Amino acid sequence: MDSSTLPTRLAETRDDFLALGVSDRLQLLLEFSNELPSLPAEYDEHPDLLERVVECQSPVFIFVEVVDGIAHLHATAPAESPTTRGFASILVQGIDGLAPQQVLAIPDDYPQTLGLGEAVSPLRVRGMTAMLARVKRQLREQLPA
Amino acid sequence: MSVEPDTGSGFAQYANPERLVSTGWLEANLGRPGLVVVESDEDVLLYETGHIPGSVKVDWHTDLNDPVVRDYIDGARFAALVGGKGISRDSTVVIYGDKSNWWAAYALWVFTLFGHPDVRLLDGGRDLWIAEGRELTTDASTPVPVEYPVVERADGAIRAYKEDVLAHLGSPLIDVRSPEEYSGERTSAPAYPDEGALRAGHIPTAASVPWGRAAAADGTFRSRAELDAIYRDEVGLDDGDAVIAYCRIGERSSHTWFVLKHLLGFEDVRNYDGSWTEWGSAVRVPIATGIERGETPARS
Repeated sequence: MDSSTLPTRLAETRDDFLALGVSDRLQLLLEFSNELPSLPAEYDEHPDLLERVVECQSPVFIFVEVVDGIAHLHATAPAESPTTRGFASILVQGIDGLAPQQVLAIPDDYPQTLGLGEAVSPLRVRGMTAMLARVKRQLREQLPA
Repeated sequence: MSVEPDTGSGFAQYANPERLVSTGWLEANLGRPGLVVVESDEDVLLYETGHIPGSVKVDWHTDLNDPVVRDYIDGARFAALVGGKGISRDSTVVIYGDKSNWWAAYALWVFTLFGHPDVRLLDGGRDLWIAEGRELTTDASTPVPVEYPVVERADGAIRAYKEDVLAHLGSPLIDVRSPEEYSGERTSAPAYPDEGALRAGHIPTAASVPWGRAAAADGTFRSRAELDAIYRDEVGLDDGDAVIAYCRIGERSSHTWFVLKHLLGFEDVRNYDGSWTEWGSAVRVPIATGIERGETPARS
């Protein structure tokens, strides 16, 4: 991976996971899961703004908005789906506040670089890959052509 | 040492009532010597958010599948896995999980491949346990490792390979996937990742019975009468029939396998775990599309 295109926070998250053994990676993912912020109140009234990531096993909804040239990522998933919440939380923490072009430059295979294949299985990691792809697509649709 | 069956919860209506325990029975028996409680979920982190006190976790994907070959682990790995969780060959194992025990039934089926004698499901699974306000804990369980014998898998009786299904065509098949997968509108369950199949549809002559029809709203199994109405009256299964169930990778059909084998008492029931991800990509196997079962293909 070209580290020059990976935003600092996502690089730190990757390094944090890779520094741990397999079982501790699960615990770190659980911490991310617990840290997923609640949606801003305005989305409670506009659930239509959220897009469901159908590739994920659990109901997860994401929405990217660009305000004054800064990307903001919102996500929600049920408490019964902690793995999905953890994936979403990694992306929210790593992406929120970046410039749109920085988000678009995140390597598509970032989820595969976290060392989670062994801990949660490559099949499940695909869910995060799908989320990242949706985020980028939503951003592209909002940027001027 | 095994623990006596749950005889007070209305399971006598089923063919093998000793394969189920109720939440009340489990709560009353927690901590009994010889009893090991196993949680097996779709979500690999759900156990960590809170589990039945003393229970251990077995993950369908990271624990039960061979990491290289598309197959289940072998006898040595199974012995190391379950022995490390305090399960001996004579333990009573009660498995529970999320989503109406979908994954718990899968784990039970894999335990059965290794011939573990006494393995049961918690009727209603994780959701019913929680709905009834029973205790969960995040305290780590500390099982004392025990010796489990190396027993090689005996696949033949309850597991079907693709060749077995081809030879079985003309006998009852149950497709437990969603109606959209059965008809060929899509290759993966709604809201699930596409695990890859090049063709869509179903195995000719298979009856469509989505697995969840066997579960009630609270996650418990439907009554014997309700299950008979589905599988005997509607599908047409008769005593003595040999049946193969399949889904996409063999997990949903484990739930149906449990229903047919242990609740309705069909002797010869196999789960085709290759399922649609194999059949839908295999070269020159027959496929039917649409909502009709389709004709038995001529032998070639």
